Amino acid sequence: MAATALRGSRGQARPSRHRPLGIAPTGVLVLGAIYTLFPVSWVVVAATKSKAELFSTSTFAPGAGLLSNLADLFAYRDGVFWLWLLNTALYAGGGAVLSTAVSTISGYALAKYSFPGRGLIFNLLIGGILVPSVVLAIPQYLLFSKAGLADTYWSVLLPQILHPYSIYLARIYSQAAVPGSLLEAGRLDGAGEWRLFRRVALPLLTPGMVTIFLFQFVAIWNNFLLPFIMLGDDHKFPLTVGLYTLLAAGANQPSLYNLIITGTMLSLIPLIALFLTMQRYWRTDLSGGAVKS
Amino acid sequence: MTSRKKGVRVHRAGAAPYLFLAPAMALFALFMALPIGYTIYLSLRRTKVSGLGLGKGARREVFAGLANYAAAVGDGELWAGWLRVLAYGALVLVLMLGLALVFALMLDAAHVRLARLTRISIFLPYAVPGVAATLMWGFLYLPSLSPFGEHPFLSAGLVTFSMANVAVWGGTGFNMLVLYTNLRAVPREYYEAARIDGASELGIALRIKIPILVPSIILTTVFSVIATVQVFTEPTTLRPLTNTISSTWSPLMKVYRDAFVTGDLYSAAATSMVIAGISLVLSFGFLRVVKNRAFGES
Repeated sequence: MAATALRGSRGQARPSRHRPLGIAPTGVLVLGAIYTLFPVSWVVVAATKSKAELFSTSTFAPGAGLLSNLADLFAYRDGVFWLWLLNTALYAGGGAVLSTAVSTISGYALAKYSFPGRGLIFNLLIGGILVPSVVLAIPQYLLFSKAGLADTYWSVLLPQILHPYSIYLARIYSQAAVPGSLLEAGRLDGAGEWRLFRRVALPLLTPGMVTIFLFQFVAIWNNFLLPFIMLGDDHKFPLTVGLYTLLAAGANQPSLYNLIITGTMLSLIPLIALFLTMQRYWRTDLSGGAVKS
Repeated sequence: MTSRKKGVRVHRAGAAPYLFLAPAMALFALFMALPIGYTIYLSLRRTKVSGLGLGKGARREVFAGLANYAAAVGDGELWAGWLRVLAYGALVLVLMLGLALVFALMLDAAHVRLARLTRISIFLPYAVPGVAATLMWGFLYLPSLSPFGEHPFLSAGLVTFSMANVAVWGGTGFNMLVLYTNLRAVPREYYEAARIDGASELGIALRIKIPILVPSIILTTVFSVIATVQVFTEPTTLRPLTNTISSTWSPLMKVYRDAFVTGDLYSAAATSMVIAGISLVLSFGFLRVVKNRAFGES
């Protein structure tokens, strides 16, 4: 509902009366954009500099060392950087798919059925937003250790499936996008509840699911604390923990700075690419939930 | 016949929501309720060492009552951490949400050029992991690499500001987008009517747009408070670059050190319960204050 209201208002022509603020808003926004793009453009330029150039040439002068930096990075510990990249894709992709599935069906059940305990279950699941991650991460590690699963892919994947905010969003989407009359009609035709969910609700919920997926993908991709606590073997690290260990090892050795800078630059590319190509979903649906709340 | 069929249908619909919610509830039990319960249990235990602490059975886990909580509350280092995080959090909240609000209002103002480009640019840091953001800024702060000259960005006096800058850089865009989308959902006729009445753009922003945004501002503030209280990634990542950040700089870092470096799980559990309690009190307290104020005004 919020999403449609949004589309409606965006379609309207802006009023074209006086312009008392002149170029001030544009100026402020351009300053903001310069501030946000500054470190990103710095890291892109710095990644092209050789070891000698990094400390000698002026900040935004491109260097000639990009290829050797990349070669050094990929040679670091037998190419462990590639593994970090793959691991991150696995954690974020797998985790986000599972999370989207669980959130969607939970949100749908909470929105479209009335049953004893609904309020309690909703409050329990949503209350998780308020639980600080550390209260969970350390005992999760201890429990995974007892089960013999610490330092495995599962230890990073499983705790990130349940995501309170995604369930909350899925409930809002289900309320807005799945008409109760459609479900009733299906029931009169004798369709089972699972079939109704698969055939009637799921197609209507797909745009919202893409948004939930993106949300979770970014959250898991960016997570540092959980894998930092869970993992010891650097072959299972995601990029965030890998880059951190690279820094911890190289902070006192300026000769490793090129490696760290190049790794940071490469780690930005996949997510920024995803982010720019999926813009439509960030703009409307993600904030559709925010507006409703 | 019909009524029996209907009875069957209602019965099946009655079981369906529980089945649909079963995966989420199972995950909740395993990865939320159980760890929380385990933390509370651990926080009430301690190790008792008998004799020299050597040999099997010399170290036993015993009930400790609230001793770990008393130790956590009486720990000066933890409170020093809270003060550091309070200063850092106040800076982040004011700057980040202030900038987000200004940018959202500017995007929504009439006759903005480059709106799309600047909006995407300002939102871009959302796609940058906290570790990567801290690394980029960390290098920019190093005197040997910094384009800003030889300022001691990571000195004891400035490190809080430098760290706050990383969080502001990373968080402004997301909050801006939430506020901006909220503004876009407001019918344009509201503003037209105010303009006809002679209101200026600034007056419209202050008297119409900001009041409309109040619920969203409250929501983003609560989420930001929760995130700030738990700050861990930025100081941990910045630590290798400077000696002004201790291993207990933030309360969460102290919990990590207690649990994994010192190996005192019991005190780590009690401290994390204290952190959880404080962040709950902060977010609920804030909600109450603003609710009272909002109702008092209207």
